[in-house]
Amino acid sequence: MKAISIAQKVRSGQIKAVDITREYLDRIKEKDGNINAFLEVFNKSALKKAEEVDLKASQGKPLGMLAGVPVAIKDNMLYKNHKMTCASKILENYISPYTATVVEKLLKEDAVIIGRTNMDEFAMGSSTENSAFMKTKNPLNTQCVPGGSSGGSAAAIAANMAVISFGSDTGGSIRQPAAFCGVYGLKPTYGSVSRYGLAAFASSLDQIGPFANNPEDLRLAFSAIKGYDAKDSTSREYPSREDKQDIKGITIGVPEDHFIKKLNDEVKKEFANMKESLQKLGAKIAPINLPNAEYAVSTYYIIASSEASSNLGRYDGIRYGINSKKAQSLADSYKLSKGEGFGPEVKRRIMLGTYSLSAGYYDAYYIKAQKIRTLIKADFNEAFKKVDIILTPTAPTAAFKFGEKSNDPI
Amino acid sequence: MKITEKDVEQVAELAKLKLTAEEKKTYGAQLKDIIGWMDELNKADISKAEADSYALGNKSVLREDIPEQFADTEALLKNAPDREFNFIKVKKVIE
Repeated sequence: MKAISIAQKVRSGQIKAVDITREYLDRIKEKDGNINAFLEVFNKSALKKAEEVDLKASQGKPLGMLAGVPVAIKDNMLYKNHKMTCASKILENYISPYTATVVEKLLKEDAVIIGRTNMDEFAMGSSTENSAFMKTKNPLNTQCVPGGSSGGSAAAIAANMAVISFGSDTGGSIRQPAAFCGVYGLKPTYGSVSRYGLAAFASSLDQIGPFANNPEDLRLAFSAIKGYDAKDSTSREYPSREDKQDIKGITIGVPEDHFIKKLNDEVKKEFANMKESLQKLGAKIAPINLPNAEYAVSTYYIIASSEASSNLGRYDGIRYGINSKKAQSLADSYKLSKGEGFGPEVKRRIMLGTYSLSAGYYDAYYIKAQKIRTLIKADFNEAFKKVDIILTPTAPTAAFKFGEKSNDPI
Repeated sequence: MKITEKDVEQVAELAKLKLTAEEKKTYGAQLKDIIGWMDELNKADISKAEADSYALGNKSVLREDIPEQFADTEALLKNAPDREFNFIKVKKVIE
Protein backbone atom coordinates (compact mmCIF):
# COMPACT_ATOMS: atom_id res chain seq x y z
CA MET A 1 0.00 0.00 0.00
CA LYS A 2 1.21 3.53 -0.78
CA ALA A 3 2.12 5.89 2.06
CA ILE A 4 -0.57 8.26 0.85
CA SER A 5 -3.30 5.60 1.24
CA ILE A 6 -1.95 4.36 4.60
CA ALA A 7 -1.98 7.88 6.05
CA GLN A 8 -5.46 8.51 4.66
CA LYS A 9 -6.89 5.27 6.06
CA VAL A 10 -5.22 5.73 9.45
CA ARG A 11 -6.61 9.26 9.69
CA SER A 12 -10.12 8.10 8.84
CA GLY A 13 -9.85 5.15 11.23
CA GLN A 14 -10.26 2.53 8.47
CA ILE A 15 -7.01 0.87 9.49
CA LYS A 16 -4.97 0.92 12.66
CA ALA A 17 -1.39 2.25 12.72
CA VAL A 18 -0.55 -0.60 15.11
CA ASP A 19 -1.67 -3.20 12.57
CA ILE A 20 0.35 -1.64 9.76
CA THR A 21 3.38 -1.32 12.03
CA ARG A 22 3.08 -4.99 13.10
CA GLU A 23 2.77 -6.05 9.49
CA TYR A 24 6.07 -4.34 8.63
CA LEU A 25 7.87 -5.47 11.79
CA ASP A 26 6.80 -9.06 11.01
CA ARG A 27 8.03 -8.73 7.44
CA ILE A 28 11.40 -7.46 8.66
CA LYS A 29 11.62 -10.42 11.01
CA GLU A 30 10.80 -12.78 8.18
CA LYS A 31 13.00 -11.28 5.45
CA ASP A 32 15.80 -9.23 6.91
CA GLY A 33 17.82 -12.21 8.13
CA ASN A 34 18.65 -12.66 4.46
CA ILE A 35 18.88 -9.02 3.33
CA ASN A 36 20.49 -7.22 6.33
CA ALA A 37 18.98 -3.83 5.58
CA PHE A 38 18.46 -2.93 9.24
CA LEU A 39 21.17 -2.45 11.84
CA GLU A 40 18.46 -2.19 14.46
CA VAL A 41 14.68 -2.48 14.49
CA PHE A 42 12.92 -0.14 16.90
CA ASN A 43 10.14 -2.59 17.84
CA LYS A 44 9.22 -0.95 21.11
CA SER A 45 9.27 2.74 20.21
CA ALA A 46 7.62 2.03 16.84
CA LEU A 47 4.66 0.25 18.43
CA LYS A 48 4.39 2.93 21.10
CA LYS A 49 4.25 5.66 18.45
CA ALA A 50 1.68 3.65 16.46
CA GLU A 51 -0.50 3.36 19.57
CA GLU A 52 -0.30 7.11 20.10
CA VAL A 53 -1.35 7.68 16.50
CA ASP A 54 -4.33 5.33 16.88
CA LEU A 55 -5.34 7.03 20.11
CA LYS A 56 -5.27 10.43 18.43
CA ALA A 57 -7.34 9.03 15.54
CA SER A 58 -9.93 7.57 17.93
CA GLN A 59 -10.18 10.90 19.75
CA GLY A 60 -10.77 12.71 16.47
CA LYS A 61 -7.58 14.76 16.85
CA PRO A 62 -5.86 15.99 13.68
CA LEU A 63 -3.14 13.68 12.33
CA GLY A 64 -0.06 14.39 10.23
CA MET A 65 0.52 13.68 6.55
CA LEU A 66 2.45 10.47 7.34
CA ALA A 67 0.02 9.10 9.93
CA GLY A 68 0.98 5.51 10.74
CA VAL A 69 3.42 5.18 7.82
CA PRO A 70 6.34 2.82 8.63
CA VAL A 71 9.53 4.75 7.96
CA ALA A 72 13.19 3.67 8.14
CA ILE A 73 16.11 6.06 8.66
CA LYS A 74 19.74 5.75 7.67
CA ASP A 75 22.01 5.20 10.64
CA ASN A 76 23.50 8.70 10.44
CA MET A 77 20.47 10.64 11.70
CA LEU A 78 19.88 11.31 15.38
CA TYR A 79 16.75 9.98 17.08
CA LYS A 80 16.87 10.74 20.79
CA ASN A 81 17.49 7.77 23.10
CA HIS A 82 18.18 5.49 20.13
CA LYS A 83 21.56 4.26 19.00
CA MET A 84 23.25 5.91 16.03
CA THR A 85 26.53 4.43 14.78
CA CYS A 86 27.15 5.64 11.19
CA ALA A 87 27.94 1.92 10.71
CA SER A 88 31.27 2.62 12.40
CA LYS A 89 32.99 0.87 15.29
CA ILE A 90 33.97 4.29 16.61
CA LEU A 91 30.31 5.09 17.41
CA GLU A 92 29.28 1.53 18.27
CA ASN A 93 27.69 2.56 21.58
CA TYR A 94 26.60 6.10 20.80
CA ILE A 95 23.10 7.03 21.99
CA SER A 96 21.50 10.09 20.34
CA PRO A 97 21.22 12.91 22.90
CA TYR A 98 18.72 14.82 20.74
CA THR A 99 16.67 14.35 17.58
CA ALA A 100 17.58 15.51 14.06
CA THR A 101 15.25 18.10 12.53
CA VAL A 102 14.25 15.68 9.78
CA VAL A 103 13.33 12.96 12.30
CA GLU A 104 11.52 15.53 14.44
CA LYS A 105 9.44 16.52 11.41
CA LEU A 106 8.65 12.90 10.60
CA LEU A 107 7.44 12.29 14.15
CA LYS A 108 5.38 15.47 14.01
CA GLU A 109 3.73 14.17 10.84
CA ASP A 110 2.93 10.98 12.82
CA ALA A 111 5.27 8.66 10.93
CA VAL A 112 6.27 5.46 12.74
CA ILE A 113 10.04 5.10 12.74
CA ILE A 114 10.72 1.38 12.60
CA GLY A 115 14.50 1.18 12.52
CA ARG A 116 17.92 2.38 11.43
CA THR A 117 19.43 1.08 8.22
CA ASN A 118 22.88 -0.10 7.22
CA MET A 119 25.26 2.12 5.25
CA ASP A 120 28.86 2.51 4.21
CA GLU A 121 30.82 3.69 7.25
CA PHE A 122 30.26 7.45 7.61
CA ALA A 123 28.51 7.32 4.22
CA MET A 124 31.79 6.70 2.39
CA GLY A 125 31.28 4.22 -0.40
CA SER A 126 28.89 3.06 -3.09
CA SER A 127 28.11 -0.55 -2.15
CA THR A 128 27.41 -0.56 1.64
CA GLU A 129 30.28 -3.07 1.85
CA ASN A 130 32.17 -0.52 3.98
CA SER A 131 29.80 -0.96 6.93
CA ALA A 132 31.76 -2.07 10.00
CA PHE A 133 28.93 -4.43 10.96
CA MET A 134 27.46 -6.33 8.02
CA LYS A 135 26.87 -6.50 4.30
CA THR A 136 23.44 -5.64 2.93
CA LYS A 137 22.21 -7.68 -0.01
CA ASN A 138 20.32 -6.35 -3.00
CA PRO A 139 16.75 -7.72 -2.70
CA LEU A 140 16.50 -7.99 -6.50
CA ASN A 141 19.52 -10.28 -6.66
CA THR A 142 21.18 -11.25 -3.39
CA GLN A 143 24.52 -11.88 -5.13
CA CYS A 144 24.71 -8.14 -5.82
CA VAL A 145 25.35 -5.11 -3.65
CA PRO A 146 22.45 -2.72 -2.99
CA GLY A 147 24.60 0.29 -3.87
CA GLY A 148 25.59 2.89 -1.34
CA SER A 149 26.14 4.59 0.81
CA SER A 150 22.42 4.48 1.72
CA GLY A 151 22.20 0.80 0.71
CA GLY A 152 20.15 -0.31 3.72
CA SER A 153 17.49 2.33 3.12
CA ALA A 154 17.18 1.38 -0.57
CA ALA A 155 17.06 -2.35 0.19
CA ALA A 156 14.40 -1.82 2.89
CA ILE A 157 12.11 -0.28 0.25
CA ALA A 158 12.90 -2.86 -2.43
CA ALA A 159 12.05 -5.70 0.01
CA ASN A 160 8.91 -3.90 1.20
CA MET A 161 10.25 -3.71 4.76
CA ALA A 162 9.42 0.03 4.99
CA VAL A 163 7.02 2.24 3.06
CA ILE A 164 9.35 5.23 3.01
CA SER A 165 12.98 5.41 4.02
CA PHE A 166 15.53 8.17 4.27
CA GLY A 167 19.14 8.37 3.22
CA SER A 168 21.75 11.03 2.70
CA ASP A 169 23.45 11.92 -0.56
CA THR A 170 26.88 13.55 -0.83
CA GLY A 171 28.04 12.20 -4.19
CA GLY A 172 25.21 9.91 -5.26
CA SER A 173 24.46 8.03 -2.03
CA ILE A 174 20.67 8.15 -2.51
CA ARG A 175 20.48 8.13 -6.30
CA GLN A 176 22.81 5.22 -7.00
CA PRO A 177 21.38 2.72 -4.42
CA ALA A 178 17.85 3.65 -5.58
CA ALA A 179 18.89 2.76 -9.14
CA PHE A 180 20.64 -0.45 -8.05
CA CYS A 181 17.59 -1.62 -6.05
CA GLY A 182 14.99 -0.53 -8.59
CA VAL A 183 13.21 1.97 -6.32
CA TYR A 184 12.67 5.72 -6.44
CA GLY A 185 15.13 8.04 -4.72
CA LEU A 186 15.28 11.82 -4.47
CA LYS A 187 18.37 13.88 -3.73
CA PRO A 188 16.78 17.25 -2.99
CA THR A 189 18.37 20.57 -3.87
CA TYR A 190 21.14 21.35 -1.39
CA GLY A 191 19.74 23.48 1.41
CA SER A 192 16.11 22.50 0.98
CA VAL A 193 16.29 19.98 3.85
CA SER A 194 17.87 20.69 7.24
CA ARG A 195 21.07 18.80 8.07
CA TYR A 196 20.76 19.44 11.81
CA GLY A 197 21.29 16.10 13.51
CA LEU A 198 22.80 14.43 10.43
CA ALA A 199 26.33 13.18 11.13
CA ALA A 200 28.45 15.36 8.83
CA PHE A 201 30.54 13.82 6.05
CA ALA A 202 31.11 16.65 3.54
CA SER A 203 29.05 19.61 4.68
CA SER A 204 28.96 21.55 1.41
CA LEU A 205 27.45 18.52 -0.35
CA ASP A 206 25.49 16.47 2.23
CA GLN A 207 21.73 16.40 1.79
CA ILE A 208 18.98 14.17 3.23
CA GLY A 209 16.35 12.70 0.95
CA PRO A 210 13.73 9.95 0.69
CA PHE A 211 13.34 6.54 -0.98
CA ALA A 212 9.95 5.07 -1.91
CA ASN A 213 8.29 2.60 -4.25
CA ASN A 214 6.51 5.31 -6.25
CA PRO A 215 6.97 9.00 -7.07
CA GLU A 216 3.83 10.13 -5.17
CA ASP A 217 5.25 8.81 -1.90
CA LEU A 218 8.61 10.35 -2.67
CA ARG A 219 6.93 13.68 -3.06
CA LEU A 220 4.91 13.24 0.14
CA ALA A 221 8.09 12.34 2.04
CA PHE A 222 9.93 15.34 0.66
CA SER A 223 7.15 17.75 1.59
CA ALA A 224 7.23 16.36 5.13
CA ILE A 225 10.93 17.09 5.67
CA LYS A 226 11.74 20.18 3.60
CA GLY A 227 11.96 23.77 4.77
CA TYR A 228 14.13 26.33 6.50
CA ASP A 229 15.61 25.43 9.87
CA ALA A 230 17.30 28.03 12.06
CA LYS A 231 19.60 25.25 13.30
CA ASP A 232 21.15 24.76 9.85
CA SER A 233 22.57 27.98 8.41
CA THR A 234 22.70 26.45 4.91
CA SER A 235 19.01 25.58 4.87
CA ARG A 236 16.63 27.61 2.72
CA GLU A 237 12.96 28.00 2.15
CA TYR A 238 12.44 27.32 -1.53
CA PRO A 239 9.19 28.41 -3.19
CA SER A 240 6.96 25.48 -4.08
CA ARG A 241 6.99 24.68 -7.75
CA GLU A 242 3.91 24.56 -9.81
CA ASP A 243 2.66 21.01 -10.33
CA LYS A 244 3.08 19.61 -13.79
CA GLN A 245 1.26 16.36 -14.40
CA ASP A 246 1.85 16.50 -18.13
CA ILE A 247 5.21 16.04 -19.78
CA LYS A 248 3.97 17.62 -23.05
CA GLY A 249 5.93 20.69 -24.03
CA ILE A 250 8.70 20.10 -21.49
CA THR A 251 12.23 20.35 -22.82
CA ILE A 252 14.54 17.63 -21.56
CA GLY A 253 18.27 18.17 -21.88
CA VAL A 254 20.45 15.15 -22.57
CA PRO A 255 24.22 15.61 -22.29
CA GLU A 256 26.20 14.58 -25.32
CA ASP A 257 29.58 14.68 -23.62
CA HIS A 258 32.21 12.03 -23.35
CA PHE A 259 31.21 10.80 -19.86
CA ILE A 260 27.77 9.80 -21.08
CA LYS A 261 29.34 7.56 -23.72
CA LYS A 262 31.19 5.51 -21.12
CA LEU A 263 28.02 3.65 -20.09
CA ASN A 264 27.77 -0.10 -20.29
CA ASP A 265 25.53 -1.51 -23.02
CA GLU A 266 22.68 -2.48 -20.74
CA VAL A 267 22.41 1.02 -19.29
CA LYS A 268 22.85 2.59 -22.73
CA LYS A 269 19.93 0.59 -24.06
CA GLU A 270 17.64 1.40 -21.12
CA PHE A 271 18.57 5.05 -21.36
CA ALA A 272 17.71 5.14 -25.06
CA ASN A 273 14.36 3.47 -24.30
CA MET A 274 13.64 6.05 -21.62
CA LYS A 275 14.36 8.92 -24.01
CA GLU A 276 12.06 7.39 -26.59
CA SER A 277 9.21 6.90 -24.11
CA LEU A 278 9.47 10.48 -22.95
CA GLN A 279 9.47 11.69 -26.52
CA LYS A 280 6.37 9.65 -27.26
CA LEU A 281 4.67 11.31 -24.30
CA GLY A 282 5.31 14.68 -25.92
CA ALA A 283 8.58 15.86 -24.36
CA LYS A 284 11.15 17.61 -26.47
CA ILE A 285 14.65 16.16 -26.23
CA ALA A 286 17.43 18.74 -26.63
CA PRO A 287 21.15 17.98 -26.73
CA ILE A 288 23.22 19.86 -24.15
CA ASN A 289 26.88 20.02 -23.24
CA LEU A 290 28.44 19.86 -19.79
CA PRO A 291 32.08 20.13 -20.84
CA ASN A 292 33.48 20.13 -17.30
CA ALA A 293 31.38 17.23 -16.05
CA GLU A 294 34.20 14.83 -16.85
CA TYR A 295 36.10 16.37 -13.93
CA ALA A 296 33.19 15.94 -11.55
CA VAL A 297 34.32 12.69 -9.90
CA SER A 298 37.87 13.86 -9.19
CA THR A 299 36.64 17.26 -8.04
CA TYR A 300 34.06 15.65 -5.78
CA TYR A 301 36.62 13.25 -4.36
CA ILE A 302 39.01 16.03 -3.34
CA ILE A 303 36.33 18.32 -1.91
CA ALA A 304 34.45 15.57 -0.07
CA SER A 305 37.63 14.04 1.39
CA SER A 306 38.93 17.44 2.48
CA GLU A 307 35.70 18.31 4.25
CA ALA A 308 35.52 14.81 5.74
CA SER A 309 39.03 15.04 7.16
CA SER A 310 37.94 18.18 8.97
CA ASN A 311 34.50 16.92 10.04
CA LEU A 312 35.80 13.61 11.35
CA GLY A 313 38.39 15.34 13.50
CA ARG A 314 35.77 15.37 16.26
CA TYR A 315 35.95 11.59 16.79
CA ASP A 316 38.84 11.84 19.19
CA GLY A 317 37.40 9.57 21.89
CA ILE A 318 36.87 12.35 24.42
CA ARG A 319 33.22 13.40 24.34
CA TYR A 320 31.88 10.26 22.65
CA GLY A 321 32.98 7.24 20.70
CA ILE A 322 35.53 4.63 21.58
CA ASN A 323 38.53 5.65 23.62
CA SER A 324 41.66 3.55 23.22
CA LYS A 325 42.69 1.75 26.38
CA LYS A 326 46.30 1.64 25.18
CA ALA A 327 46.86 5.40 25.23
CA GLN A 328 49.40 6.84 27.67
CA SER A 329 49.04 10.54 26.80
CA LEU A 330 46.28 12.80 25.51
CA ALA A 331 47.88 13.09 22.05
CA ASP A 332 48.19 9.30 21.92
CA SER A 333 44.59 8.94 22.92
CA TYR A 334 43.38 10.92 19.89
CA LYS A 335 45.53 8.95 17.49
CA LEU A 336 44.91 5.50 18.89
CA SER A 337 41.16 5.99 19.27
CA LYS A 338 40.87 7.01 15.61
CA GLY A 339 43.26 4.29 14.50
CA GLU A 340 41.23 1.63 16.29
CA GLY A 341 37.78 3.04 15.57
CA PHE A 342 37.79 3.96 11.88
CA GLY A 343 37.65 1.44 9.04
CA PRO A 344 39.98 1.42 6.00
CA GLU A 345 37.84 3.53 3.64
CA VAL A 346 37.38 6.26 6.25
CA LYS A 347 41.11 6.32 7.00
CA ARG A 348 41.92 6.52 3.31
CA ARG A 349 39.66 9.53 2.83
CA ILE A 350 40.96 11.27 5.95
CA MET A 351 44.50 10.77 4.63
CA LEU A 352 43.66 12.14 1.17
CA GLY A 353 41.68 15.05 2.61
CA THR A 354 44.41 15.96 5.07
CA TYR A 355 46.97 15.74 2.28
CA SER A 356 45.02 18.02 -0.07
CA LEU A 357 44.49 20.58 2.71
CA SER A 358 48.10 20.55 3.89
CA ALA A 359 50.61 23.33 3.28
CA GLY A 360 52.22 22.96 -0.13
CA TYR A 361 49.35 21.01 -1.70
CA TYR A 362 46.37 23.20 -0.78
CA ASP A 363 46.46 25.24 -4.00
CA ALA A 364 47.26 22.30 -6.25
CA TYR A 365 44.38 20.16 -5.05
CA TYR A 366 41.80 21.77 -2.78
CA ILE A 367 41.69 25.23 -4.37
CA LYS A 368 41.88 23.79 -7.85
CA ALA A 369 38.94 21.50 -7.09
CA GLN A 370 36.97 24.47 -5.74
CA LYS A 371 37.61 26.35 -8.98
CA ILE A 372 36.52 23.44 -11.12
CA ARG A 373 33.42 23.20 -8.98
CA THR A 374 32.58 26.73 -10.16
CA LEU A 375 33.06 25.66 -13.78
CA ILE A 376 30.84 22.60 -13.37
CA LYS A 377 28.15 24.75 -11.80
CA ALA A 378 28.38 27.27 -14.65
CA ASP A 379 27.87 24.43 -17.16
CA PHE A 380 24.62 23.50 -15.47
CA ASN A 381 23.44 27.10 -15.28
CA GLU A 382 24.10 27.47 -18.98
CA ALA A 383 22.24 24.24 -19.80
CA PHE A 384 19.22 25.23 -17.72
CA LYS A 385 18.79 28.36 -19.85
CA LYS A 386 17.70 26.05 -22.66
CA VAL A 387 16.03 23.12 -20.92
CA ASP A 388 13.55 22.45 -18.11
CA ILE A 389 15.15 19.30 -16.79
CA ILE A 390 18.25 17.25 -17.46
CA LEU A 391 18.04 13.51 -18.00
CA THR A 392 20.99 11.22 -17.38
CA PRO A 393 21.40 7.60 -16.32
CA THR A 394 21.94 7.36 -12.57
CA ALA A 395 24.98 5.09 -12.74
CA PRO A 396 27.15 3.80 -15.60
CA THR A 397 26.33 0.15 -14.71
CA ALA A 398 23.60 -1.81 -12.98
CA ALA A 399 24.26 -3.35 -9.52
CA PHE A 400 27.57 -5.18 -9.33
CA LYS A 401 28.52 -8.30 -7.38
CA PHE A 402 30.05 -8.32 -3.88
CA GLY A 403 33.79 -7.70 -3.87
CA GLU A 404 33.83 -6.72 -7.54
CA LYS A 405 34.83 -3.10 -6.93
CA SER A 406 36.51 -3.33 -3.55
CA ASN A 407 40.00 -3.04 -5.03
CA ASP A 408 39.14 0.26 -6.68
CA PRO A 409 39.61 3.05 -4.13
CA ILE A 410 37.43 5.45 -6.16
CA MET B 1 54.37 12.58 -7.80
CA LYS B 2 56.34 10.57 -5.27
CA ILE B 3 54.94 9.93 -1.84
CA THR B 4 57.52 8.78 0.68
CA GLU B 5 56.93 7.00 3.94
CA LYS B 6 57.86 10.25 5.65
CA ASP B 7 55.09 12.06 3.74
CA VAL B 8 52.58 9.44 4.86
CA GLU B 9 53.71 9.78 8.47
CA GLN B 10 53.43 13.54 8.32
CA VAL B 11 49.90 13.42 6.92
CA ALA B 12 48.88 10.84 9.55
CA GLU B 13 50.36 13.10 12.23
CA LEU B 14 48.36 16.09 10.92
CA ALA B 15 45.22 13.93 10.91
CA LYS B 16 46.02 12.63 14.41
CA LEU B 17 45.62 9.14 13.06
CA LYS B 18 47.64 6.15 14.27
CA LEU B 19 48.54 3.87 11.38
CA THR B 20 50.17 0.45 11.55
CA ALA B 21 53.29 -0.22 9.48
CA GLU B 22 51.17 -2.12 6.98
CA GLU B 23 48.59 0.67 6.76
CA LYS B 24 51.34 3.18 6.09
CA LYS B 25 52.44 1.10 3.11
CA THR B 26 48.88 0.62 1.80
CA TYR B 27 47.81 4.23 2.16
CA GLY B 28 51.11 5.49 0.78
CA ALA B 29 50.60 3.49 -2.40
CA GLN B 30 46.89 4.36 -2.69
CA LEU B 31 47.53 8.03 -2.02
CA LYS B 32 50.04 8.02 -4.85
CA ASP B 33 47.50 6.37 -7.21
CA ILE B 34 44.68 8.69 -6.27
CA ILE B 35 46.84 11.81 -6.54
CA GLY B 36 47.95 10.49 -9.94
CA TRP B 37 44.33 10.37 -11.14
CA MET B 38 43.76 13.87 -9.84
CA ASP B 39 46.36 15.14 -12.29
CA GLU B 40 43.61 14.82 -14.87
CA LEU B 41 42.28 18.03 -13.37
CA ASN B 42 45.25 19.90 -14.83
CA LYS B 43 43.46 19.76 -18.18
CA ALA B 44 40.66 22.03 -16.96
CA ASP B 45 41.00 25.73 -17.74
CA ILE B 46 40.70 27.38 -14.34
CA SER B 47 42.32 30.69 -15.30
CA LYS B 48 39.03 32.60 -15.00
CA ALA B 49 37.32 30.54 -12.30
CA GLU B 50 36.91 31.59 -8.71
CA ALA B 51 37.16 29.06 -5.91
CA ASP B 52 33.76 28.09 -4.57
CA SER B 53 33.30 26.47 -1.21
CA TYR B 54 29.55 26.89 -1.07
CA ALA B 55 26.84 25.13 -2.96
CA LEU B 56 24.54 28.15 -2.83
CA GLY B 57 26.86 31.13 -3.06
CA ASN B 58 28.70 32.50 -0.08
CA LYS B 59 25.93 34.37 1.64
CA SER B 60 26.63 34.65 5.35
CA VAL B 61 23.70 33.85 7.56
CA LEU B 62 23.85 35.78 10.80
CA ARG B 63 21.69 35.58 13.88
CA GLU B 64 21.73 36.94 17.39
CA ASP B 65 23.90 34.90 19.72
CA ILE B 66 21.37 33.94 22.35
CA PRO B 67 22.40 31.20 24.78
CA GLU B 68 19.90 28.40 25.27
CA GLN B 69 19.73 25.61 27.80
CA PHE B 70 20.34 22.22 26.14
CA ALA B 71 17.41 19.96 26.93
CA ASP B 72 19.30 16.95 28.26
CA THR B 73 22.94 17.47 29.28
CA GLU B 74 22.96 14.11 31.05
CA ALA B 75 22.37 12.41 27.68
CA LEU B 76 25.47 14.19 26.33
CA LEU B 77 27.60 13.23 29.31
CA LYS B 78 26.47 9.61 29.13
CA ASN B 79 28.25 9.25 25.78
CA ALA B 80 31.60 10.32 27.22
CA PRO B 81 33.98 7.38 27.69
CA ASP B 82 35.20 8.77 31.01
CA ARG B 83 33.57 11.25 33.38
CA GLU B 84 33.53 12.47 36.93
CA PHE B 85 30.35 14.13 38.20
CA ASN B 86 29.33 16.58 35.46
CA PHE B 87 32.76 16.73 33.86
CA ILE B 88 34.32 14.80 31.01
CA LYS B 89 37.63 13.33 32.11
CA VAL B 90 40.68 13.49 29.85
CA LYS B 91 44.29 12.49 30.22
CA LYS B 92 46.73 15.02 31.61
CA VAL B 93 47.35 17.81 29.05
CA ILE B 94 50.60 19.13 30.53
CA GLU B 95 53.09 16.75 32.07
